[in-house]
Amino acid sequence: MEFSFDDLSNLHLDVLKEIGTIGAGNAATSLSKMLNRRIDMNVPEIKISEFSNIESILASADSLVTGVYLQFKGEIKGNALFILDVASAKNLISLLLDAKEEDDISEAEYAKFSELEISALEEVGNILISSYLKAISSLTGLSIKPSVPYFACDMLGAILSVPLIQYGETSDRALFIETEFIIGLDKVKSHFIVMPDIKSYTIILKSLGVV
Amino acid sequence: MNEIVKVGMADLKVISGHGILTTLGLGSCVGIALYDRTTKVAGLAHIMLPSSKLIKNNQNKAKFADTAVEQLLRIMTSMNAQIKYITAKIAGGAQMFSFRDKTNDLLNIGERNVRATIEALKQHNIPIIAQDTGGNYGRTIELHAETGLLVVRTIGHGTKTL
Repeated sequence: MEFSFDDLSNLHLDVLKEIGTIGAGNAATSLSKMLNRRIDMNVPEIKISEFSNIESILASADSLVTGVYLQFKGEIKGNALFILDVASAKNLISLLLDAKEEDDISEAEYAKFSELEISALEEVGNILISSYLKAISSLTGLSIKPSVPYFACDMLGAILSVPLIQYGETSDRALFIETEFIIGLDKVKSHFIVMPDIKSYTIILKSLGVV
Repeated sequence: MNEIVKVGMADLKVISGHGILTTLGLGSCVGIALYDRTTKVAGLAHIMLPSSKLIKNNQNKAKFADTAVEQLLRIMTSMNAQIKYITAKIAGGAQMFSFRDKTNDLLNIGERNVRATIEALKQHNIPIIAQDTGGNYGRTIELHAETGLLVVRTIGHGTKTL
C-alpha cells in the first residue's frame, strides 16, 4: 500500500516532532559553538499544507529571503532548507565575519552577497543541517548522506518551489518539520525546514518501531 | 477597483472583464497566462511539473503543464472565450540553485517545465506571444484582465510588462 500523509496518526506525528526536536537541538548546539553565542529555539512544528496554500507556512511567497539548500541520500532521502530573511542573514554574517553593515542601499543592492558572505552562509546552513541529520541518523541507525550546500537569495516561493517540486510527483501536500532559531536579541531569525520524501517517513517510523 | 485574485502553487484561476490574477514567487514552476482579448477572459495557472503522464497522483490538473492548459481552456471557453482568439504569455522556469552534481533530478526542471508548456500550448494551437523564462531568479507575475498585459516583477532583475 502507498503511504500518504493521511495515514499518519497522532503518535506518528509526535514521534516525528520528537525527532525534529532532537535534530534541531543538536543543530542549535553546533551553531552556538560556532558563533560562541546563546541560541534559543522553539519546539519544532509539524505542518502539513496544500501546495496552493504553502506561503501561509512562513511568509508571503514574494518576500526576499536567503536559502541554503541541501539534499540528503542514503537509507532515507529528502531535502533540507535553512531560510533567513535578508536582514537576519546580514546580521549573521556580521557575527561571523566581524563585518559592518551598510545603510541606505537599494533592494537590488541589498540582495547581493559577496562570495565570502555566501560561503559563510552556506557553511552555517551546512553545519546546521548536517548536525540535524546526524542526530536523526544516530537515533534511527539509518545512514544519511548530505549533499553540498547551495545558496540562493530570492523570493521565498521561488526557493521553496525547489524541494516542493519533488513532492509534487507523489502528493498535493507537503509535510514540513520546521524550527525557528533565535540568536542573541532577536537579531537573527531563521527557519529550518526538513522534508524527507514520502517513502522515508515509513522507513524512519519503522526504524523506531512505531509502524 | 481592481480586484486581485491569487493563484497559489499548483493552482489555476479564471476571471473575466476586470481584475488581476497574480501568482507570487515563481521559481522553477511556470506561470501560464492565457487571454482572449475579444471577451477579456483571462486565465492563469502555476504549474510545478511538465507532465501528468507517468505520474500516479495526477488528479490535481493545475499541477502539470499538459493538464493545466486543457483545464484553463475548458473553463475559459465555458466563460465564452473562443479558442481562436486565445493567446498565451508564459514566465518562470528558472533554475534557483546551480547544482554542481550534473546527475541531479532537479537539474533543468525549470527548462523541462517551459518546454512542456510550449508543447502543450502548441497541441491546442494557442500562440505564445510573449515569454520571460529561464535564468536563476524568481518572478512574481500579474495578468490584467482589462488589457491582457502580463507584468513580471523580479528582485534585482527589473520589472517587465509583456
